[in-house]
Amino acid sequence: MSIGLEHYLVLSAVLFAIGLYGALSKRNTIAILLCIEIMLNAVNIAMVAFSRYVASEMLTGHVFAIFIMAVAAAEAAVGLAIIIAIYRQRGTVDPTDIDSMKR
Amino acid sequence: MNLELLAPEISLAATAVAVILLDLLIQRKGLLAVASVIGLVVSAAFTIVMYGEPSRTIFNNTLAVDNFALFFKLLFLGIAALVILASVDYASKLERFRGEYHALVLLSALGMMLMATAAELITIYVALELASISLYVLAGFLKDPKSSESSLKYLLLGATASAVLLYGMALVFGTTGTTQLGEIGQQVQSLGVQGIIDNPALILGIVLLIAGFGFKIAAVPFQMWVPDVYEGAPTPITAYLSVASKAAGFAVIVRIFSTAFGLPSWLSLDWGIVFAVLAAIGMTVGNISALPQTNIKRMFGYSSIAQAGYLMVGLAAMGVASAGETIGQSTILFFLLSYAVANMGAFIAIIAITDKIDSDLIQDFSGIAKRSPLLALALTVCLVSLIGMPPAAGFMAKFYIFGGAAQNGLLWLVIIAVLNSVISAFYYLRVVKVMWLGEPSSAEKVPSSGALRVALTLTSLGVLGLFIFADPLIKAAESAAKMLGS
Repeated sequence: MSIGLEHYLVLSAVLFAIGLYGALSKRNTIAILLCIEIMLNAVNIAMVAFSRYVASEMLTGHVFAIFIMAVAAAEAAVGLAIIIAIYRQRGTVDPTDIDSMKR
Repeated sequence: MNLELLAPEISLAATAVAVILLDLLIQRKGLLAVASVIGLVVSAAFTIVMYGEPSRTIFNNTLAVDNFALFFKLLFLGIAALVILASVDYASKLERFRGEYHALVLLSALGMMLMATAAELITIYVALELASISLYVLAGFLKDPKSSESSLKYLLLGATASAVLLYGMALVFGTTGTTQLGEIGQQVQSLGVQGIIDNPALILGIVLLIAGFGFKIAAVPFQMWVPDVYEGAPTPITAYLSVASKAAGFAVIVRIFSTAFGLPSWLSLDWGIVFAVLAAIGMTVGNISALPQTNIKRMFGYSSIAQAGYLMVGLAAMGVASAGETIGQSTILFFLLSYAVANMGAFIAIIAITDKIDSDLIQDFSGIAKRSPLLALALTVCLVSLIGMPPAAGFMAKFYIFGGAAQNGLLWLVIIAVLNSVISAFYYLRVVKVMWLGEPSSAEKVPSSGALRVALTLTSLGVLGLFIFADPLIKAAESAAKMLGS
């Protein structure tokens, strides 16, 4: 059996689903941030696989993946800074406790 | 290389860096706002010089400099200038990081300008994140528990939406083999009916793109973040989010969907109907949730969900209209212009009032008209415009956008939209009633700073001016929509 585009896409879809489930269900904001990173890396796998199998003469997908990594790092930095600010104010990072505004 | 076509963006980026450096050097921090506004005016001057010239693309077709993009650039620059004027009182309370506050406003405006110009998926993503990450930080700038909470919610949901958007981009890239919007459009057309049906990944990609951008414009069902973020963020930033960030989302959606997925016409009909259904649900949910609100920022959060619904009526018309027809695009442009002016005006008046009464509750606005009649009058004019009653900009905008939809056979949607406008009158007019008929809690006047007065005068005149001079501006919006090149 040779590894083809489908295998990479299934891996990417499974990772994305795991990340999305975690982002919506985790009770720790740091874990939510990690789950978002899993989703972004699922996208990276799909991008690079498509780049290799569909548009192999161009490196668009690879370049896209590098941009995603760079931006994800910036997003994670801001996210962690905000989580630290919240932790200092409240002593918790549980999103169900962070509900000072009424719904 | 045509770097001069990027002059508005380059000068704005330079101003943002200069403002941070200036913050280290000067003692009179008030000058930072002056420097920021000067930078915005310079950038706007570069943009105006380019306006009206034929469409061009630069950097290997990644950026399209056309009238559509220039229209949005001017809109964002104007909104950013109003936000900076409205922040003068707010910023003076900040002990540190005032330079960063102004620089972040400028940088997110830069991101939004690039969003309107970008004609390629990677560029769209990077521009979107530049705008978003700056706004995440700005939402949490006050560092009180509410502000941090709103920032955290915005960041976590925004990042999740970005991931969904990226997955959609990956699928679109995978099925078409390119990230350039015009080339995607050619590929999609060459696939043909059977080709697209055999390619469910492309359809899924389009759906995920709608979901990802739906978050940005606060479309149902991705609107859950709006009330909390709007309530907790500093009020000038709430205004910025509700107007500029929404307009940027619409700019990208209009460009992607008209350039890449505009043809074949059955495909555009399909996404047109998706937007029509989202519009109908969005305005109903937004308006009905706004009715019982007691906090004015929260009420505006829900009302902005409803306004996004009205704007999506334009997107629906864009999808349903026959190819080459630009009625949907031009109505969206004009509606965004009038919504931006009216909503910014309303928020500036709210900033001036809440700053003095020190409360965001609608009941505390009681009798403001007796304490400062001009402030109450300006807020009333803006609220009347948001309802869509004459003599204000909102009336022309709604008339135009709903008319465009009705012409294209979306009469059912127009009926829902008009009924919704009636519902919205209840909560907007309740604020007016409280201000004019309520008893003032004290006789003390509500003085406001010079910057706020200038900003409020400009927006109130804008609201009335857009009603009186609607014709030439609608013509300008139409020509900008026609110049949407690829």
